[in-house]
Amino acid sequence: MPAHRELQAAFGAALTGTGVPPGVIATGDVARRFAVYRNTVQHSLTDALSQRFPVIRRLVGARFFDAVAGVFIRAHPPRSPVIAVYGAAFADFLDGFPPARRLAYLPDVARLEWARGLAFHAADAAALTPAAFADATAHDPDRVALTLHPCLHLLGSDYPVVSIWRANQPGADPAPLPAGGEAALIFRDAGDVPVLPLDPPTFRMIGALAAGKPMGAALAHADQDQIARTLSTLLRHGLIVGTAPFQNTRFP
Amino acid sequence: MSFPTGLPPATGIGFKRAHFDGLHATRTGLGFIEIHAENYMGAGGPPHAQLAALRADYALSVHGVGLSIGGAGPLDATHLARLRTLCDRYQPDSFSEHLAWSSHDDAFLNDLLPLPYDDATLATVCAHIDQVQTALGRPMLLENPSTYLTFEASTLAETDFLAEITRRTGCGLLLDINNVFVSCTNHVADPRAYLSVFPLHAVGEIHLGGHDAEDLPSGPLLIDSHAAPVADPVWTLYAETIAATGPLPTLIEWDNDVPDLPVLLAEARRADAILDGVRHARAS
Amino acid sequence: MKTNRTTATLALAIAGACGLAGAASAQDMVKCYGVSLAGENDCAAGPGTTCAGTSTIDYQGNAWTLVPEGSCTDIELPAMADGSARMGSLEPLERDRPA
Repeated sequence: MPAHRELQAAFGAALTGTGVPPGVIATGDVARRFAVYRNTVQHSLTDALSQRFPVIRRLVGARFFDAVAGVFIRAHPPRSPVIAVYGAAFADFLDGFPPARRLAYLPDVARLEWARGLAFHAADAAALTPAAFADATAHDPDRVALTLHPCLHLLGSDYPVVSIWRANQPGADPAPLPAGGEAALIFRDAGDVPVLPLDPPTFRMIGALAAGKPMGAALAHADQDQIARTLSTLLRHGLIVGTAPFQNTRFP
Repeated sequence: MSFPTGLPPATGIGFKRAHFDGLHATRTGLGFIEIHAENYMGAGGPPHAQLAALRADYALSVHGVGLSIGGAGPLDATHLARLRTLCDRYQPDSFSEHLAWSSHDDAFLNDLLPLPYDDATLATVCAHIDQVQTALGRPMLLENPSTYLTFEASTLAETDFLAEITRRTGCGLLLDINNVFVSCTNHVADPRAYLSVFPLHAVGEIHLGGHDAEDLPSGPLLIDSHAAPVADPVWTLYAETIAATGPLPTLIEWDNDVPDLPVLLAEARRADAILDGVRHARAS
Repeated sequence: MKTNRTTATLALAIAGACGLAGAASAQDMVKCYGVSLAGENDCAAGPGTTCAGTSTIDYQGNAWTLVPEGSCTDIELPAMADGSARMGSLEPLERDRPA
């Protein structure tokens, strides 16, 4: 008679494989009743991936998605009991999955969807008002570094990921896709997680600010209008939550 | 004769985000809401904003679905710490988990899986419950499972297993009457016989949910789908149980194909009527 | 080192940004509090037992016959029509890579 640990190992292996574990009893068809567990595991995890990657599912179709999910689940079972964090490896998995190779943009669309989930569940932080931001940057703004909201994510792609994502939202009208890559700003706003396209200079500026560079360095290669538009985008969506003087020069 | 929790002896529903507007700052008549602990383990965002708002309106039951108390291996200390953080933050009126396992060797299987009932698994489960109650600084409720299989290795009846757990650990029980009906039907046993030997004095909460049914050549297969109204035989067993225990906190569970809020509230009112009937019978 | 002129430009840009930020957003934000944007934990069994998730085939090259058949069939990428390798210019930030 197998010990508890061995029994669970065999039970777990049968859930993602074939056959019925030893030592189980059921009325009538044991395999059929064991299949309730196997199906629940498979179905619930496939469902979790469907909720996290709805645009991928729409792009490849339900049949293909469910089959890919089945392969992914066996290769990368959840390591945490928190299902909201399941699927971190899905984009990289798609990158190396031969039947999806023709859709080269797929991994970046998955990265975008993953980032939206991260933004949704990210920590809360109080935004600086424009007035508070103006106060905090009144003296030697070059040396001021910004703390951006934890929900903010940036994604650069060689493919038009924002346009693809938008075209696959429920009710979206089909539109021709632009040539070349797109960059995305992903954040939480009043319960929604919008995806905004960024031009390359703005993407680089926000990226440098997010990396902690002071404004002087982060915004060095842009003109006044570009800087104003970038900062106003961050302020309008409540994405600046703090400032830190690179060095306190107020009382030298 | 029941196990004390902070929940009122009234009905509640499992909270779904789509129902937030209908529940918040509205007179629903519900006594409490229940959440799945694992869905509130992110750092922030709308889930916590909603839960904080509802916490002001309702008593709260936190129901864990991922701790793997019936697992052969040690409990996930990181996950236990997350549960503690959640309970510290929201101060729920009850915390409950399942007599089941869901993790093995680092992999989380996302299902409530069955275990054999013998002296060894009894000791393991009791040690895990001691660990949870110590970590959370409060007694917990343990829920009887829906099962589709049993084990050759089992030497104890599920009801004896649960009774012994409550005796050794001081925990209470969450009696899921739909699970009783599902398991007993699947194992060709009599749910009334099961309930007649269930340690009702230790019950702190009742769950009622819907199941799916399939007719197999070997007999009916009931599946604990939480995707349908509570079945009539389950209502009958509920009324009989409440007549014996007196009013208990009662939860309507509906997790798949979730209907609009009024449908859930109607199910809750049906349970309310049974609770009221027992109150009146006891008062007269 | 920044010149005074750059600092002055930055100060003007900040003033401009604070003015712009007060204006109404052009974005039409749709609140979706009902959406979780991630899978959720549950304690119910999967619906049905006959069709869902009975596949247990691992991916083995030539045994895979399915092709993508969703909205991707309508997508034409003007610059990538040949399916050429991606060219790295825009790189996601390190913290945006899935952990």
